Amino acid sequence: MAPMLEVKNLRVSFPTHRGRVEVVKGISFDVGRERLGIVGESGSGKSMTGRAILKLIRKPGLVTADRMSFDGIDILSQNEKQMRSIRGARISMVMQDPKFSLNPVMTVGQQIAEALVTHEKLGRREVNERILAMLDAVRINDPKRVAGLYPHEVSGGMGQRVMIAMMLIPEPELLIADEPTSALDVSVQAQVLDIIDDLVTRKGMGLILISHDLNLVSRYCDRILVMNSGTVVEECAAGQLDKASHPYTRGLLAAMPTMNENRDELPVLDRTQWAGT
Amino acid sequence: MGGHMSTISLKNLDISYGDTKVVHGVNLEIADGESFALVGESGSGKSTILRAIAGLAPDWTGEISVLGKARSHGVDRDVSRQCQMVFQDPYGSLHPRKTIDATLSEPLAIHGIGNRGERVEAMLKAVGLDQRFRFRFPHQLSGGQRQRVAIARALMLEPKVLLLDEPTSALDVSVQAEILNLLKRLRREQGLTYLMVTHNLPVVSFLCDRLAVMRHGRIVEVASVEQLKHGQLTADYSRELMAATVASV
Repeated sequence: MAPMLEVKNLRVSFPTHRGRVEVVKGISFDVGRERLGIVGESGSGKSMTGRAILKLIRKPGLVTADRMSFDGIDILSQNEKQMRSIRGARISMVMQDPKFSLNPVMTVGQQIAEALVTHEKLGRREVNERILAMLDAVRINDPKRVAGLYPHEVSGGMGQRVMIAMMLIPEPELLIADEPTSALDVSVQAQVLDIIDDLVTRKGMGLILISHDLNLVSRYCDRILVMNSGTVVEECAAGQLDKASHPYTRGLLAAMPTMNENRDELPVLDRTQWAGT
Repeated sequence: MGGHMSTISLKNLDISYGDTKVVHGVNLEIADGESFALVGESGSGKSTILRAIAGLAPDWTGEISVLGKARSHGVDRDVSRQCQMVFQDPYGSLHPRKTIDATLSEPLAIHGIGNRGERVEAMLKAVGLDQRFRFRFPHQLSGGQRQRVAIARALMLEPKVLLLDEPTSALDVSVQAEILNLLKRLRREQGLTYLMVTHNLPVVSFLCDRLAVMRHGRIVEVASVEQLKHGQLTADYSRELMAATVASV
């Protein structure tokens, strides 16, 4: 079976006064109905990769690829109107910070409804039922009350669950989650990821989880791509992360303090070592 | 400073923002040279305690003493001299239109300390920044370099105490490692006392001697880092926090 998403030699570049700078330098990967993690530090190109898939990179940014197809559709040749029927409905994206991603002047319920009726024609009662069921699915206790609240009236963790509800209500086949929990408390992070994980598994969706947190990604994904300065330096099964061989991956793993930390000094990445690769 | 006296002592500390009381009856004694962590979820009041000690949250009752001297509610020059704060976001905590040199010289000018050029040079060296950064602006520096500047700024007055508010949570793991190493080295070299706010328990394990777990403005448990390392925290909420962290490792 052909993979749901195929990416071959994806390049993203931006013009600067010193010429075009490539932030994604020809990466290739496939995603099926599985959970793929993309890990890297800031500037590694991981978020740009996620955005490129949805054609969210505006001019003067330039996206090229030998092939970028989703379910047989060539994404690069789609126009804006055609993309709108893919975005949200078939591939959707959860962003980092609910504070900046939710519309402050619409109630939670209205925003989720908007996400739904943009892609499906439904009666008002049915829309309401779907919203409440979705809020329930993201484990919001009192969905009726929360649907009537404005984003500033909910906590960060709840805001992020609202975002997830919004993104999943049109029942997309692929969910891209870009640092979905980095704005949240540790105690809430696991909760939110469990919800994503549960829904993705139950609905048989594909997931691309983009994060800087190696441990988190290895826990919630099947396969991991490690990115550094625009290239994929390592690809491995999540369970095999401890056997990672690339010095960058090894460096990242070693640089993290552990719960029982007895090292006097943390090893620091030697950035010159693989510059240019 | 006598060894018997706490470097930071908080007694029955209540802190409010307007009508809302956010910290309730906190008592803490932090010894000279100790590195102490406040952990807990956002809104638990941990940063507010640092802000009150630094003089940024003036609406408090109870007692705050730094190096044996009770703190006043207003601007307290003695406290500023002995006790400085490093903030979470290195992008927000440096003046965008001041060079690194101006940022580092300002505390010296305020406190009437001379020999500024040499002190700035020495401090850049101490925090591991090349001299070529001296006349640059913050936007020309990376996040890790900016956090080094923020730490340098806090150390310009040669304080005894650093208040660290999530000093590495805005940084990448590899940069976090560099800053944690720097903080550990500076503490050793200059005999500093740290009071650090964080939600990252592994960071506590690396850098601290003791920790207090906070929830809803109250301290629920004070423990040694050894207890943390061996998973021997006792309060329910502490165990919850530990589980949330261990789960991701």
